[in-house]
Amino acid sequence: MSSVINIRELAKKEPKLLPGHRLCAGCAAPVIVKLVLLVAEGPTIIVNATGCLEVATTIFPYTSWKVPWIHNAFENAASTAAGVDAAIKALRRRGVFKHDKVNIVAFAGDGGTYDIGLQALSGAIERGHNFLYILYDNEAYMNTGIQRSGGTPMGAATTTSPAGRVIPGKPQHKKPIADIVVAHKAPYVATATPAHWMDLMRKVKKALSIEGPKFLHVLSPCPRGWRHDPSITMEVAKIAVDTCYFPLWEYENGVWRLTDRSLAIAKNPQLKKPVEEFLKIQGRFRHLLQPENRHVIEKLQEYVDAVWSDLLKRAGFK
Amino acid sequence: MSELKGWRALPIGTLPLKFSTEFKTGDWRTFRPIINQEKCVKCLLCWIYCPEMSIVWDGEKVTVNYDFCKGCGICARECPVKAISMVPER
Amino acid sequence: MAIEKTQGVVMGLNGDEAVAWAVKQCNVDVVAAYPITPQTIIVEKFSEFVANGEVGTEFVPVESEHSALSACVGAAAAGARAFTATASQGLALMWEILYIASGLRLPIVMAIVNRALSAPINIHCDHSDTMGARDSGWIQLYVEDSQEAYDTVIQAFRIAEHPDVLLPVMVNLDGFFLSHTLQDVHILPDEVVKKFVGIREPIKIKVPYLGDKEVPLALDGETPITLGPLDLQDYYFEHKIPQVEAMENAKKVIKEVNEEYAKISGRKYGNGLTVSYGLEDAEVAVVLLGSAAGTVRYVARELRRKGHKVGVLRIRAFRPFPVEDVVEKLRNVKVICVMDRAISFGAYGGPLFMEIRSAFYDMPEKPVILNYIYGLGGRDLPPSTAKDIFMELLNTARTGQVKQLIKYVGVRE
Repeated sequence: MSSVINIRELAKKEPKLLPGHRLCAGCAAPVIVKLVLLVAEGPTIIVNATGCLEVATTIFPYTSWKVPWIHNAFENAASTAAGVDAAIKALRRRGVFKHDKVNIVAFAGDGGTYDIGLQALSGAIERGHNFLYILYDNEAYMNTGIQRSGGTPMGAATTTSPAGRVIPGKPQHKKPIADIVVAHKAPYVATATPAHWMDLMRKVKKALSIEGPKFLHVLSPCPRGWRHDPSITMEVAKIAVDTCYFPLWEYENGVWRLTDRSLAIAKNPQLKKPVEEFLKIQGRFRHLLQPENRHVIEKLQEYVDAVWSDLLKRAGFK
Repeated sequence: MSELKGWRALPIGTLPLKFSTEFKTGDWRTFRPIINQEKCVKCLLCWIYCPEMSIVWDGEKVTVNYDFCKGCGICARECPVKAISMVPER
Repeated sequence: MAIEKTQGVVMGLNGDEAVAWAVKQCNVDVVAAYPITPQTIIVEKFSEFVANGEVGTEFVPVESEHSALSACVGAAAAGARAFTATASQGLALMWEILYIASGLRLPIVMAIVNRALSAPINIHCDHSDTMGARDSGWIQLYVEDSQEAYDTVIQAFRIAEHPDVLLPVMVNLDGFFLSHTLQDVHILPDEVVKKFVGIREPIKIKVPYLGDKEVPLALDGETPITLGPLDLQDYYFEHKIPQVEAMENAKKVIKEVNEEYAKISGRKYGNGLTVSYGLEDAEVAVVLLGSAAGTVRYVARELRRKGHKVGVLRIRAFRPFPVEDVVEKLRNVKVICVMDRAISFGAYGGPLFMEIRSAFYDMPEKPVILNYIYGLGGRDLPPSTAKDIFMELLNTARTGQVKQLIKYVGVRE
């Protein structure tokens, strides 16, 4: 299997996520889906949890999906995918499913994964179903109006964790969802962003070649909810990685590896930028720049540093 | 705006009636990207990053599909040779 | 073991085991289930079949009932025949998915072992769990004994997958009274059941956006079907009417499948929708669902021997509600007692009472219709109580006196 990804060739193919969807201008989610579908070769079935992606791509009577697709409910992308996986195994045993290989890909937001969807995800991984779960993380319940989720970082202003006079944004840290999946000993877990497209595509390709439950945590900057200009979506993703707020890594059979920009930073620690570089370009953190809230930035920097140094150890760096 | 269908005309099981390519989102934008073909090095980064699948590569040239482009400006921002400029939509 | 004898075998089985045997013989592709008393034996028995390699079914031991039905939705959407079973709290937990399964027209079959809803927690029989799901768009069939549980699960796959129906089906059996009580159940030979249910073939459809060719309505990996879109105010209503039509069509299909099944088994359940006893000349009648009908009919038989004109109507299909049948069969009865094994708090009577009353509203001659709510939380309905009820009804028929329209039977003051 060739690991070379030829963009010129891929660009000539017809897109499987069609234009005419109603996601916001500058949304990272459709870019993520596009990149995933470019490397998902052969028969593919998408299971999509309720959320921005699902709602904006299937407003009746239109659909933007040129692949088989099902939306069930909010918290059950993983269990629906499990059902599809079981069906295919049974139909293959009966001799009616003609394909040797099929990609079952579940797309869910941080809403449908961190919180309400965690049980289904955990159960599906424990049972070892063959599917790739892609979490497109825009760090809040964006589709219902920017409410906080377990994936919202500390200090971020959301409608249910507003930057108030007494409480400056979300008091809790972002739940380490990918670590939770690693703790399940899933065969392949990785983080990615659409800005680091080659890394993302490579990880998807690798994941789809592995049997069992795979998990990809993809950062999905949201101009609307993170309050930044739609044109800098990819820049925001890049700075998230540059500050080690969202490191790029993969976990496969007990081995941790840093990838792409995060690997470069590990080898060259002076490339690491302070987390304030990430915070100051987004309106959702604007209140943290006030003097009375600077302690939150310090706490966030400590947390990012602790997680990064732990990651360095696991990946074999000092 | 097409006529709304009655229940008898709907396919079973909530299947859709059309692909979204019939829904032109081009009227969303307030700025439109213009590609300077002289400067363009055909790296296709704009194609990779476009959320609307509205950058088109035909094997020779990079063009914008203005039927769907929402004017987000990511292409202009990410172009390594600054070949794309965002101009106000008239 | 495979059932090969040409006539099948008679086994001592409880209701849960009977259901498991039916599922075993029906070429089910996916069973995704979570245990809850009193359904546990279905899942346990079926797991044995799987572990012994006796079925080609993919068994998914999900982590909750919500995931059980979600997995069945995914499986059925991929073209597989899917089955699950639950009760009480489990059914309550999967409530949102019930509507999704029927809205997406997926022919899933689910056995519900009727059990009371918390709080307080009670593991015994009443119909409050499935009554809470009566608006969900699922066909609901209530069985009287373990034999019928076996027969009805088999019939359920045919009813659900019928192209005029394509709705999910609940087969309801009373918790503990049926699920855990041994009965002689006649199991048909494997080949006979296999032939009766066939294998599930997803229907073929033609949709304009996919060109003019016929494609399977299933997630086959290639056909780009989109299942479960967002409807705005302009289309949701239109998507619901076909479900209403399908429910109406189900009445005919349930009757037809009942007849066809009689040919291979020698067993029929009334006309499929209702089972009547003594209604040709009954003055008074009891109308009810489930296993208590057996007790009531036994008492009715005794009373008829003594010359009392009593009758029993057991409703087998609660959804779709057989309004035509009800009106026709109870036409000449003077006093009807509708017995509900569930309460609808705040309503004017129990769920079955309200349906029966509504059925008679437009009739020129209306019988006296009383409501006795009984048996909640597994409270037994002994023959003596059934006899008292009949005697009260006969008294009302004679004197025209109604002591109490809605009564709670067997409860201590």
